[in-house]
Parts: sequence; structure tokens; C-alpha cells
Amino acid sequence: MMKAAQDHKGKTIGMWLFLYSEIILFGGLFVLYAAYFNRYSSDFISGGHELNRIIGSINTLILLTSSFTVAASLTAVRRNSNRTAGLLLGFSMVCGLVFLVNKYFEWSHKFHAGIYPNSEQLVNGPPGVNIFFGMYYMITGLHGLHVIIGSLLLGFSLQKLVKRKITAESHAFLENSALYWHLVDLIWIFVFPLFYLVL
Amino acid sequence: MNNNEPTHIQSYSRLFMVLLGLFLLTGLTIGVSYIHMGKLNVWIALIIASTKATLVLLYFMHLKYEDQLIRFSFISTVLFLVIMISFIFFDISFR
Repeated sequence: MMKAAQDHKGKTIGMWLFLYSEIILFGGLFVLYAAYFNRYSSDFISGGHELNRIIGSINTLILLTSSFTVAASLTAVRRNSNRTAGLLLGFSMVCGLVFLVNKYFEWSHKFHAGIYPNSEQLVNGPPGVNIFFGMYYMITGLHGLHVIIGSLLLGFSLQKLVKRKITAESHAFLENSALYWHLVDLIWIFVFPLFYLVL
Repeated sequence: MNNNEPTHIQSYSRLFMVLLGLFLLTGLTIGVSYIHMGKLNVWIALIIASTKATLVLLYFMHLKYEDQLIRFSFISTVLFLVIMISFIFFDISFR
């Protein structure tokens, strides 16, 4: 049974260490948000009213559901039901894609309304609103990038699953991709109320 | 020392219950946002978000079943964030 030396725990710890750096990265941006919110509360509130709550809520439900299916796919792999695991992973990737499509429509709608970084409307408007949308594009943009990377990782996991490189005994790659995907979900859990539901 | 010891496998039903809880909390945070209570709204939104984050961390990211090393290092990261946020607010609140 000694095929190759595997250090599952080491891989898990390594992934968590990386996730801590991600938490601090987004944490720094949230600190900036909090400091500016403290200074330009009313501008942040009027900025928040411009965002579409319905798309924001739908995207929240999509990410939560995909997080569940990714966690369930790990359970499926460990119970040797690879077909179920594959379907769940595929579904999660579709969720990531739908999230990005929604984001695309949301952003392009804002662009048409003249709200984009360095637009005349924002530059000549109240400074707080300009900062609010600056933070909005920075944080949701960086988060969107994470959704793209996360979906790719889920895709690689699916490929490895099909090629039988992820099995009930050896599934560290899937587990770490799942951790990354859950982190994307975790960040959105804070982005949603702070941007879409401010007062 | 065995580094490949299988950890706890989570049942589908447990994971699904967590998802339901997350949906309920999302509904709650949307509902509460329509009741205007000034700054209190921000705190309530943050408390609900932290509860949701805790559910994701404990069950989806199976932090509940990890060993002490990962638990403590995670708590240290959160503590660092808390220190960073509170020191910045000591500064900007008393200018």
C-alpha cells in the first residue's frame, strides 16, 4: 500500500496559510471601507441605494448554494460516488459562471449610467460617493477575479476526478479547491450587506 | 505519526441544514435592512454576516473537525484583524 508519500495534513495547513493572507488582503480593504464610511456616512448610504439589491441577493443565494454543492462533492468523493461528485462540481462551476454573468450585467448597467472609476459624474460629484464606488469596483472586482480563479480550480478538480487522480483516499486537491471556493463565499457574505444593504 | 488519517466525513443532510440556515440568515439580513435604526443597522448586518461566516467556516470548511494548529492559527488571524481595525478606529474616532 506504500505507493507514494503523501502529506495530506501538510497540504491542508499550507492552504490555510494562504487563506490567511487572503483574509488579511480583503480585511485591509474592509478597514478602508469602514474608515471612509465613518467619514462619509450619508454619501455611502446614497451610493448604496444605487446598487441593485435584487441582483445582489440572487448572487448571494447562488454563491451559498455553490458552496454547499462543493462541500457535498467532497463528501461524495469520500464515499466513492464519483459520478455524484462530478455532477456537483459541474453544477458549482455553472453557479460561478452565472454569478459572473450577473456581475457583468450589473457593472455594464452602472457604466451606462456614467458610474465608473474616473467618470465625470463621479469626479464632479460628492467625494464620498466617488470613494464608495471606487471601493465597490475595487472590492467586487477583486472578488470577481477570485470567482474566476475558484471556478478554474473546480474545473481542474473535475478533470482530475474524471481521470481518477482524485479518489476517496487522495483528494487533497479537491479539498483545497473547495476551501478556496468557500473563502470566495465568505468574502461575499461581508460584501453583500456592506455595499448592497447599507441602511 | 500518521498524516493521512481520514478526517470526519460530513453527511449531506448536515451540510444541507447549514445551507438552509445560511438562506434564513440572508433573508433576515435583507429584511432587517428595511427597518431604519441608524448606525445600529450596520452592527446588526455585521453580526448576521459573522454568524453566516462562522457557519461556513465550521461546517463547509470543516474547521470544527480540524486540529488545534489550524484552529489556533485561524483565531490568531482573526485577532490580528480585530487589532488592526480597533487601532485604526482609536485613531480616526478621536481626531
